[in-house]
Amino acid sequence: MKKLTILCLIILILTAISNVSVSAQTARNEVLIRNATVMTAARGTLTETDILIQNGKIARIGKDLKAAANAQIIDATGKFVTPGIIDAHSHTMLDAINEISSSVTSMTNVRDVLNPTDVSIYRALAGGVTTANLLHGSANPIGGQNTVVRYKFGRPVEEFVFPGAPMGIKFALGENPKRIGANPQPGQTPRYPITRMGTMEVIRDAFLRARDYKQSWDEYRAKVAKKDKTAVPPRRNLELEPMVEILEGKRLVHAHGYRSDEHLNLLLIADEFGFKVATLQHALEAYKIAPEIAKRGTGASVFADSWSYKLEAYDSIPYNAAMLWKAGVLVSINSDSDERARRLNLDAAKTMKYGGVPEEEALKMITFNAAKQLGIEKQTGSIEEKKDADIVIWSAHPFSVYAHPEMTMIEGVTYFDRAKDIQKRGDLAREREMLEKMDINKAPGTGGTAPRIPSEKRIEERDEADRTDGGNRR
Amino acid sequence: MKITNYELRITQIWRFAAFLLAAHCFLFTASAQNGGTQQNLTGKAGTFAITNARIVTVSGATIENGTIVIQNGKIAAVGANVSVPANAERIDGKGLSVFPGMIDAATNLGLAEISGGVPASVDVAETGMMNANAKAFTAVNPHSSHVNVTRVNGITTVMSMPVGGSIAGQATVINLNGSTQAEMAVVPNFGLVINFPRISTFGGFGGGFGAPQIDFSEAVKRRDTQLDGLKKYFKDTENYARTHEAYAKDKTLPYPETDIKMEAMIPYMRGERPIIFTAERERDIRGVVKFVEEMKIKGIIVGGQEAWKVADGLKKNNIAVIYTNIYNLPVRDDDAYDFLFEAPSKMQQAGVKFAVSTGNDGAEVRDLPYHAGLAGAYGLSKEDALRSVTLYPAQILGIADRLGSLETGKMANVVVADGDMLDPRTNIKYLFINGRLLPLTSRHTELYDAFKDRK
Repeated sequence: MKKLTILCLIILILTAISNVSVSAQTARNEVLIRNATVMTAARGTLTETDILIQNGKIARIGKDLKAAANAQIIDATGKFVTPGIIDAHSHTMLDAINEISSSVTSMTNVRDVLNPTDVSIYRALAGGVTTANLLHGSANPIGGQNTVVRYKFGRPVEEFVFPGAPMGIKFALGENPKRIGANPQPGQTPRYPITRMGTMEVIRDAFLRARDYKQSWDEYRAKVAKKDKTAVPPRRNLELEPMVEILEGKRLVHAHGYRSDEHLNLLLIADEFGFKVATLQHALEAYKIAPEIAKRGTGASVFADSWSYKLEAYDSIPYNAAMLWKAGVLVSINSDSDERARRLNLDAAKTMKYGGVPEEEALKMITFNAAKQLGIEKQTGSIEEKKDADIVIWSAHPFSVYAHPEMTMIEGVTYFDRAKDIQKRGDLAREREMLEKMDINKAPGTGGTAPRIPSEKRIEERDEADRTDGGNRR
Repeated sequence: MKITNYELRITQIWRFAAFLLAAHCFLFTASAQNGGTQQNLTGKAGTFAITNARIVTVSGATIENGTIVIQNGKIAAVGANVSVPANAERIDGKGLSVFPGMIDAATNLGLAEISGGVPASVDVAETGMMNANAKAFTAVNPHSSHVNVTRVNGITTVMSMPVGGSIAGQATVINLNGSTQAEMAVVPNFGLVINFPRISTFGGFGGGFGAPQIDFSEAVKRRDTQLDGLKKYFKDTENYARTHEAYAKDKTLPYPETDIKMEAMIPYMRGERPIIFTAERERDIRGVVKFVEEMKIKGIIVGGQEAWKVADGLKKNNIAVIYTNIYNLPVRDDDAYDFLFEAPSKMQQAGVKFAVSTGNDGAEVRDLPYHAGLAGAYGLSKEDALRSVTLYPAQILGIADRLGSLETGKMANVVVADGDMLDPRTNIKYLFINGRLLPLTSRHTELYDAFKDRK
C-alpha cells in the first residue's frame, strides 16, 4: 500500500511537471509564425517575416504567407526567431556518465542510460535548446559512444534519438583521465595511465589493436569471397568494433582536452592512423594551434569564457572562439552543464565582444556549426525551407541579456511555451499543497508515516570525472 | 690550489644553469600571478573630464548628454552643464555611456587562483569550526590574475569572504586595483561570515557530498545542536568581553587570558558590525531572522533563494539579501524553471533590500552584469537590474556614501562603455578605479596578443 502511494505520488508529480509539454503534443499540421525578426543562421536576418511550418518542416519563409484554416497562428510581432540551439556537449538526461573501470570503454553507449524524465531537459528547452550531443564523461582516454538527441520532453525515450545522426565516440585527454588513474578508490589498484605520456599510448595501443582486428576480419572476408571453406570468423570484439569504425571514417571522434599540446598530439595520432578527429571538445587552448586544427578540418567545441577552474584551464581566454573562427576552424559553443545550457545565447553573444565575431557567425556557433559538427546540418541548425522546424521564439534579440525564450519547438511541435508554463503554475502549487497534506508527506513528529528521505538534486557542473572542486565550494 | 680553465668553465656552466633555473622559477611564479608584466596599482592619476556622454548616475536621473569630471580620485562634478577644468584630460564620450563601477557583494575573489586541483592556490576555507579571527583581507592576493580579468568587464569593487566551518571568518571589501591589500582596501574587515546551520539530510556540517544520508528528523536534531553551539559561543563571547572589561576597571580581579578568536567576535556579537549568514531555503532564512532578533545583531543573508518568502521578517529586522543564485538550477524538480531567475524581482516586489552577486570564487566574477541582466529578463526592471549591482550592494556593504552611483564627492570608480553595461555585447572603453585611468589589459588580452598572429 505504501509503495503504491509512493508510486502514485511519483506519477502525479511527473504528470504535473510534464503537463505543459504533453498538452502541446497535439499540434496541428500547420503552424504559421507571423511577422517576426528571423535570424536564420544561414542567410542573414529577415525582418517582418513569416514562417510556415507544415508537417514539422519549414515549408515557406516570406512575407504575408497564408495558412490553412485550422493552422496554429503565432503572432510574433516584435519578437525574434532563431533556430533551436544545439548543445554540442551535454550530459543532460544521462543516468550514468562515466564507466571508469577501464581506460578504454568504447563498447559502452550512453544510449543505454537515457532518462527522458530528467527535468533538466525542460529547463534546457526553456533556454531555447532543442538538440544535444550527449557524451560519455571524460574519465577514460577512450570513453563511450555518444548519442545525439532532440529534447522531446514528455515523449517516449526512443523518440528523442536523432534519426540518422552519425555515430560518435568520446575521447579524453589531460587531467581527468590522469586523475582517475592516479586516485583509485580504496581497495583498488591505480589504473594506467596516470600521465599524459601514458594517455597517448593507451590511445595508440587501442588503434594498433583495432588495426589488427580489422586485418583479421579483412582476411576472413577475403577467404569467404574466394569461397575458402576453411575460413573461420574472428571472435567479435565489442571494444574494437567502434575503433575500426573510426579507422573507416564511420564514427566521429569528440576529443575532450584542454592543453593545446595534447590536442595536437591526438591530431598527430589521427594522422598516423589515417582518420580525422571530428571535434576537439573544450579545447580552451586551441587558439594556440589554430592553424594545425584548421589544416585538418577538425572542429572545435568550446566554452565561451570558462577558465581558471583547474590548472589546464588557466590559459583559457574568451577570445578563443573568435581566434579559431578567424583561422577557419568550424567552432561551436557548448554548455557541458545543465545550468549553463539555459543561457547559451549569452555565451554566443560574448564572442562578438571578445574578438569581434559577426552576429550571424556568433549565432551559428550555437546552431548551424554545432549541427555540422554532429553531421545533422541537413535536418536542423538553421531556418531554411525544407528543414525540420526546430525553432525558438524570443521575447527580444537573443543576444540581449534581457531576452528569454517564449516558445521552443521541435519539428513544429511546441515543447516549451512560457505563457502556458506560467498559466499552469497555480495548478502545480495546488497539487503540491495537496500532496504535502497526504499522510506520507507529513512533517516528522506530526503523526504521519515516516517520510522518505528527501533528496536534493545536485547541480551538475561540467563533466568533472569525480567531485574534485578544491573542497571549498558550497 | 690552481683552478684549471676546464674547471672554471664547468663552474661557469653550473652558475649559468643555476641562473636559468632561478630565472625559470621566478618567471613561473610570476606567470601564475598576472603575467609578471604589471604591478596592479596601475594606471594614471590625474584630472579627467568625460564629455558629451550619456551619464547613468543610478542614484538620480540619467543625463542624456553630460560631463563628468574626475579629480583627486573623486568625482568632482557631474551634470549636463559642467565646466571642464583647464588641466583636465578630455575624453570624448560621444556615443558612450558612463556608469558607476559594478560591485559584487559576495565573492571569494583573490582567495582562490585555481579552485580545482591546485589546493596550494586556494585560501578560502580555514580548518576548524570557529574562526572569527580569520581575515580575508590578509589572504586576498592583489596580484591574482582574476583581479584584472574582472575589472576590465566593469566590476570595480568586490566583497571577498572566507567560507569554511561554522564561523568562517571576516569578509573584506576591496577595490580591484592596488599592489598591496592596503591599497585595495575599501573596508578591510567588513563583516563576519557564519554558515548558518541548516537542515541537511546529507549529514555532516552543511551536508558535505559523499556523507551518508540521514533521516530528516535526525537532520533537524543536528541542526538544533549546531545552533545551540553557535548561541553558546555568542554567550561565551559576551562573558569573555565582560570579564575583560571588568578587569580593565579593576586590576585586583584575576587576570583574564586573551582568546584571539573571541576577541575578534566581540564587535559582531554586539551588533556593531554586520554578520553575513549563508542561507538559502525559507526554513533556514526564518532561522536566521530568529537568530538575529534573539542575539540583537546586524544580519545580512548571502544566498537567499527563498528570501522573498520571508519578506516581513527580513524587513522588520533590516536584513538585506546578497543573492547569489542566478547561475544555479532550482533545487526541486517541481520548482518553476525560472524560480531562481525571478527571485530578485520577487524580492523587489516584496520590498526586501537585495543585491545581485555571482557568489563566485574569482574567475567568473566578471559575469556579474549578466547575472543582473538575467534577473532583468525575468521580471526585474532594467533600472533595478543595474541598481542591483551598483547602488544596492553599496548600501548593503555600508559604502554607499563613497560608491555605487555617480555623484559629486564619491570615489571615482567609473566605467565608460559603448552600450548597456549589463549586455554581453557591450565593450568597456575606459575604466577608472579611485580616479586612476586603468589600462584594459589582463592575462586574457596578453595571451590573445601573444597568439593572435600565429600562422
